[in-house]
Amino acid sequence: QVSAALKEGHVTPTELCQRCLALIKSTKFLNAYITVAEETALKQAEESEKRYKRGQPLGVLDGIPVAVKDNFNTAGIETTCASNMLKGYISPYNATVVQKLLDQGAVLLGKTNLDEFAMGSGSTDGVFGPVRNPWSYSRQYKEKSVPKPRSVDEESNWVITGGSSGGSAAAVSSFTCFAALGSDTGGSTRNPAAHCGVVGLKPTYGLISRHGLIPLVNSMDVPGILTRCVDDAAVVLGSLAGHDPKDSTTVQDNFKPFELPNLPDVSKLSIGIPKEYHAPGLSSEILALWSKAADLFKNAGAKVIEVSLPHTRYSIVCYHVLCTAEVASNMARFDGLEYGHRSDMNNSTESMYAATRREGFNDVVRGRILSGNYFLLKQNYENYFIKAQKVRRLIANDFLKVFGSGVDILLTPTTLSDAVPYTEFIKEDNRTRSAQDDIFTQAANMAGLPAINVPTALSERGLPVGLQFIGRSFQEKQLLTVAKWFEKQVKFPMIQLEEVKRHNHDVFQHEKSASFS
Amino acid sequence: QKVTVEVLDHLEHLALVDFRDAEGVERLQKAIRFADQLREVNTDGVEPMDSVLEDRCLYLREDDVTEGNCTNELLKNAREKVEEYFVAPPGNIPLPKLEERETFLQGS
Repeated sequence: QVSAALKEGHVTPTELCQRCLALIKSTKFLNAYITVAEETALKQAEESEKRYKRGQPLGVLDGIPVAVKDNFNTAGIETTCASNMLKGYISPYNATVVQKLLDQGAVLLGKTNLDEFAMGSGSTDGVFGPVRNPWSYSRQYKEKSVPKPRSVDEESNWVITGGSSGGSAAAVSSFTCFAALGSDTGGSTRNPAAHCGVVGLKPTYGLISRHGLIPLVNSMDVPGILTRCVDDAAVVLGSLAGHDPKDSTTVQDNFKPFELPNLPDVSKLSIGIPKEYHAPGLSSEILALWSKAADLFKNAGAKVIEVSLPHTRYSIVCYHVLCTAEVASNMARFDGLEYGHRSDMNNSTESMYAATRREGFNDVVRGRILSGNYFLLKQNYENYFIKAQKVRRLIANDFLKVFGSGVDILLTPTTLSDAVPYTEFIKEDNRTRSAQDDIFTQAANMAGLPAINVPTALSERGLPVGLQFIGRSFQEKQLLTVAKWFEKQVKFPMIQLEEVKRHNHDVFQHEKSASFS
Repeated sequence: QKVTVEVLDHLEHLALVDFRDAEGVERLQKAIRFADQLREVNTDGVEPMDSVLEDRCLYLREDDVTEGNCTNELLKNAREKVEEYFVAPPGNIPLPKLEERETFLQGS
């Protein structure tokens, strides 16, 4: 819609950019952005405006403000991964996906906050502090909040965004940008999308280039797309997908950008409901929504059947081993020599590396590196790493079997519950939380399949709940078509953000006493 | 089955990060217990999977130089450099042994 408005001159790219920048300032308390690239964004907007005046916009994305998770390299702009290890690191190049967006004329507003090195499911463990879910400040949430008897600052009631792409999700959800890039290794795009009420797409592994995305798990990472509606996700996907010579793990198949039908038809489809996803801890609310969704499809004429993915409950264990192992390897590049933080310790290379890494990484990152190294020890390699790789094949085969039996799309919950308050979330440690929260999203990364979160309804507490669709490899068109149909059916409500000015004042007082993790 | 101090020390050497405190060590213990659940799965005759794209040929491009000459750009991010070199402290000096190091594990 906004693209059409730009074309017709109802609004100019610079106006749009300025409005978004102003909104970012007034929603600063959300802590969604680490870096705001005001000057370059305005320049990009001006260039876009010139193109529109000449009647030659580069495409649908020309002039559209976007945000990018801070683990993507952006030339000339600080890229920190929310870690002390990369504070002050100015990328010398653009990640391929960032370059593609810029080539289409998109306006890069800034870099969004995340869990340190994308490790986490809350966007709470970065050095710049946690991200607050915009829905914490929505009328819908406040109406349902039980007023506290003591004079407890209402600000301490805020809920998390989920993670690790929480900043991106919050940015899209609070209208400060029209699309954002996240990354998805175990659900890091879909999880915050569900909690923030936005669309979160994880593309098939190998479809979108990872060049420039600071890697976590090379065999599972993908760039993720966060938008407010499924059509937008399709547009962004269209501009990002395709082979990249700089990332040899991208497939060489020709990718054709597609438009989704206006009136999708699901009557000829077979929707699978994996019974193992009825996991302990799943909230009764989400269970009910899941069931209602299945009925929606049934009533539309689709075939809805129960299926089985027998190795589901080992998926998270398998992920834990493979992830920590790959992380141990990928984090080895951070030694202080070529970039990033460097310790003053100068006795020897090894002691400098050790001190640098001790100073640069937080507990979560160090913990995963050490666990990973443990699983990779000679005496453990076969029993943990290789074993996990075998289990991975079993998990991937589960999906192959189900899709091979005629099922087109799987319908599952995205999260166990709606967003929890920050104070509650931090009671458990990062690994436990991740193990719990990634349970529905994680298997799609194991098998490399495309998956999408579609905001479905508001919970009893007035917070967003989403459902997930998992599709066949490289069948994003079908996946998004089903998602679009579902989106039209559920008509998820728009967030009603209260007057932000008043909050700015209240929160500044609170921020001074709050400690950043 | 607790992890021995020798193994913990070995891990600190390999990873070049520290456990820092008892919580760090406990974190590893929990991680191992969690991972042990994999033993319940029967994987007889199953091949390990490296990548979901294993059925495809990895793209390899021609061995031609298409980019480069960005020495200055790359050196910008390094803290210690001399002309076009990254400067590192002397190598070939191993990390001090457990007894001599300042590490949480010393007390174990």
